[in-house]
Amino acid sequence: MSFTEDQITRYSRHILLPEIGGKGQKKLSQAKVFIVGAGGLGCPVAYYLAAAGIGTIGLIDSDVVDFSNLQRQILHHTPDVGRSKVLSAKEKILALNPDVQVNMHEERLTSRNARDLVRQYDIIIDGVDNFPAKFLINDACFMENKPLVHGGILRFEGRAFTIIPNQSACYRCIFKNPPPAGVVPTCQEAGIIGVVAGIIGTIQATEAIKLILNIGTPLTNRILDFDARTTAFREIRVKRNPSCALCGPNPSLTELIDYEQEACQLQPSATTLTNG
Amino acid sequence: MQLTINGKPETLEVSTVLDVLKTKDIDPQLVAVELNTQMVEQEQLGTTSIKDGDRLEFLFFMGGGV
Repeated sequence: MSFTEDQITRYSRHILLPEIGGKGQKKLSQAKVFIVGAGGLGCPVAYYLAAAGIGTIGLIDSDVVDFSNLQRQILHHTPDVGRSKVLSAKEKILALNPDVQVNMHEERLTSRNARDLVRQYDIIIDGVDNFPAKFLINDACFMENKPLVHGGILRFEGRAFTIIPNQSACYRCIFKNPPPAGVVPTCQEAGIIGVVAGIIGTIQATEAIKLILNIGTPLTNRILDFDARTTAFREIRVKRNPSCALCGPNPSLTELIDYEQEACQLQPSATTLTNG
Repeated sequence: MQLTINGKPETLEVSTVLDVLKTKDIDPQLVAVELNTQMVEQEQLGTTSIKDGDRLEFLFFMGGGV
C-alpha cells in the first residue's frame, strides 16, 4: 500500500521523525490493535491510535453510553447517551480518520471468545473496569503470545504496565488472583477524576505505537503509577515471578477463567476496610 | 529499624512483612508486596523477616477504566 498525497500530509509530523519515516507510518497502517473496553481508557487510546494512522482498531464493549460516562469517555458525546459504545466510538474514529478499519465487537470478553479475539490482533489494550476481565485479558494474551498494555485508574490515581509474554513480568507475576469479592468498592462508589483516564490512556497508546515501531524501551518490568494529587509518577521495578501460575516454569493455569466479580480498586482507605 | 516503604524512609520496629502490614492497617489480601525487588508470597508474609535497610513496595489493586 502506498500513501496518497493527503495521507502523506496527514502523517507528515510522524514521517518527519527519523524513528518513524514513511516506513514506520506504513507499519502503523498495517498494525492491528485490540482495545478491550470503550470507556475512560479505551476512548483516548482509540482516538490517539486512530489519529496516528493505526490500520485496524478492534473495539469490544457490551455497554451503552450513560450520562455519567461523558465526564471522561471522550469519544462519546451527549447525543450518544443510550447508544452502543462501540458504535459511538467507531463513528468518532472514522470522522477523525477514515483510513482506519474499525472492528466492532458488541459483547463481553469471556473465557469463550477471548483467545479467538486476541489472536486476530498484534497488540492488546486493557481498558476494562473490573479485575476478572483484567486477569482474563492477561491470561489470554499470554496464551496467544500477544503484547498487552495494561491500564487501571481510580479516584486520582492511575497505572500503566506493558507485558510482553515470555519476556517480561505478567500481571499474575505481581497479583496472583483477583481480589476477594465483597471487599472492593464499585467504580460508581469510588469515583474517578476524568483527566486521569486521559493521562493513562495516552500512555497506553504511546506504548502501543512504540511496540509497533520498536522504538525505545517499553514499559515492561516497571509498573508506572500516577497520582494526580501530587502530579507525581512512581515507578516500581518488578520482574518475572518464578512461581507465577501462568508464565512461570511450572504453570498451573492453562485455561482461561471467568471470575465472578465486579470491582474497581483496593486501597487501605477507611471505606475499603469498613466494606471489607 | 530503618525501612524504605514505597520509596519513602520510615522507622518501624517490626520483625516480619506481616507486621509492617498490621502496623499500617493494610489487609494482606488487598496488596502485593515486593521486598527488595522480590515478590513475597501471600502465605509467607508472616514468616518473611524484615531487616534494617530493607526496601518494601506495596502494590494495591487498581481498576477502573470505565
